[in-house]
Amino acid sequence: MATINKKRRLGREVSIVGAGMSDFGAFKEKDSRDLFTEAFQEMMGHMDQGIDIEDIECGYLGNYSSDLFEHQGHTAPIMADWLGMTPVPMTRIENACASSGSALREGVMAIASGMYDIVLVGGVEKMTNLATDEVTDVLASAADGLYEVPAGLTFPGIFGALAKAHMDRYETNLDHLLKVAIKNHNNGALNPKAQFNVTIQSLMERRQARAQERGQPVPDWRTEMDFLNDAQANPWIAWPLRLYDCAPITDGGSCVLLVASEIASNFTDKPVHIAGIGQATGRPLHDAEELTSLSSAKAAAAQAYEMAGVTPQDINLAEVHDCFTIAEIIASEDLGFFAPGEGPRAVDEGRTALTGDRPINTSGGLKAKGHPVGASGVAQVIEIFHQLRGEAGDRQVPNANLELGLTHNVGGTGGTCVVNILRRS
Amino acid sequence: MAQGPKESKEFNATSFFSYIQDEKKLMGIQCRSCGHLSSTPRPMCPSCHSKDVEWHEFSGKASLSTFTCISIVSVAMGKRGYGRDNPCCTGIVTLEEGLRVSAHIMGVDGNNPQSIKTGMALVLDPDELDPEDPALTFRPA
Repeated sequence: MATINKKRRLGREVSIVGAGMSDFGAFKEKDSRDLFTEAFQEMMGHMDQGIDIEDIECGYLGNYSSDLFEHQGHTAPIMADWLGMTPVPMTRIENACASSGSALREGVMAIASGMYDIVLVGGVEKMTNLATDEVTDVLASAADGLYEVPAGLTFPGIFGALAKAHMDRYETNLDHLLKVAIKNHNNGALNPKAQFNVTIQSLMERRQARAQERGQPVPDWRTEMDFLNDAQANPWIAWPLRLYDCAPITDGGSCVLLVASEIASNFTDKPVHIAGIGQATGRPLHDAEELTSLSSAKAAAAQAYEMAGVTPQDINLAEVHDCFTIAEIIASEDLGFFAPGEGPRAVDEGRTALTGDRPINTSGGLKAKGHPVGASGVAQVIEIFHQLRGEAGDRQVPNANLELGLTHNVGGTGGTCVVNILRRS
Repeated sequence: MAQGPKESKEFNATSFFSYIQDEKKLMGIQCRSCGHLSSTPRPMCPSCHSKDVEWHEFSGKASLSTFTCISIVSVAMGKRGYGRDNPCCTGIVTLEEGLRVSAHIMGVDGNNPQSIKTGMALVLDPDELDPEDPALTFRPA
């Protein structure tokens, strides 16, 4: 373990100067190349001082499984072609749901090494071509195929087992999980790119209105909790997790432009700097040190905090990997924002809400924004980029002194975790 | 499946499941160099990196550490009759020897998770092994 704790520095500083993402949702008519091109065009259209595509020297693309989702391997050169970037080198990075978190890390290191000055990093996933059970199987292939999957474990199943362990060990209950979903939908309702650009309250009222229009019995839900506790409206997926505890199946693309900090002012007056990066591996849940924590997240966070020279208490806001509601609670503890077992109370007290002292998942998170798995890591970075620049619109965190944001991107069930700390210039 | 005498079995999943099927034994590995036990056989000790590992038989007695009852099941579990009406219980099981494994839990009611208790005593159920699609299975002791 000595090597993972070694103090590491980037060879030179790296900044983010542009960002773009496609709409997130289910788009029958779009392939992954369409989604990534959409993200790229948005980025190019919003560069503060413009950039010539010809100046981009290299690219890294996070993509989990276009092979199984679209029967398309070797995705990176196709993206290079669609962006008109050939023969610039483009490399696909696969680390399950942390693919684009890892792609960003590769881009940072490519610049820090001195080899390149301007690098495109992003991610894409087209998931909705397959039926739900097939998507479930594709996602499960990021778990251990010899020992976890044959036992029946699916992704919701593994996080269901984590949730049960957290409930047994601490005072966590099902309402805490549902409150994470309500919060993230409240934020997603303020994000025009979100797959669920709608609160759970509104979803509930729409269902009631529809029943009334059709002359069907109108469910007597009075609160979001009534709705979420109705087994018809919110069925079990993997007890103790229900439908609204799970991130949706999503199509989407995301990208950011990284440059050497010394040339950042050529592109914008408001670059966002990479203050710290960390990545670590972890073992399957049955071989984990604890059943209520992801060791890779703690190790990656320790690296990122050390490199940035900051503590968890210095972080103003975070985008964490809420593939399931319990995952957000565990992340908030693994990252050191709250003590182990205190994550649920922080949700109860509204501390992680947009107006709380530690806003988490202001974008809506994977839960409401959507989770095109290979695109999610960079999409998290995009939210922090906009928040730190004060351009997050209706969901802008009401704090004039935002300086540090963090992203936490998990691959599989903690086999990989990437943590980035970003600093406003 | 690996054939031949026990000593020649490769330290891998094929051997792990053939031990369960053929000999009704739950076998992991122990490192002869540092003593580290692994519930998932492999040719190199993950703790001290020695290649000097040997088979180690576990008692098959265990307890349930955490679990889930899965309604949206994998394609394979769907073929075995699990699904929305019959959720599949899968758990993290702690062996008597202190190691953990992922296992399918038979003999419990997946429709009634409240009736399934963490800490409950379990035993290996070697008879449930499907050679075509082998899975580690435990049931209440």
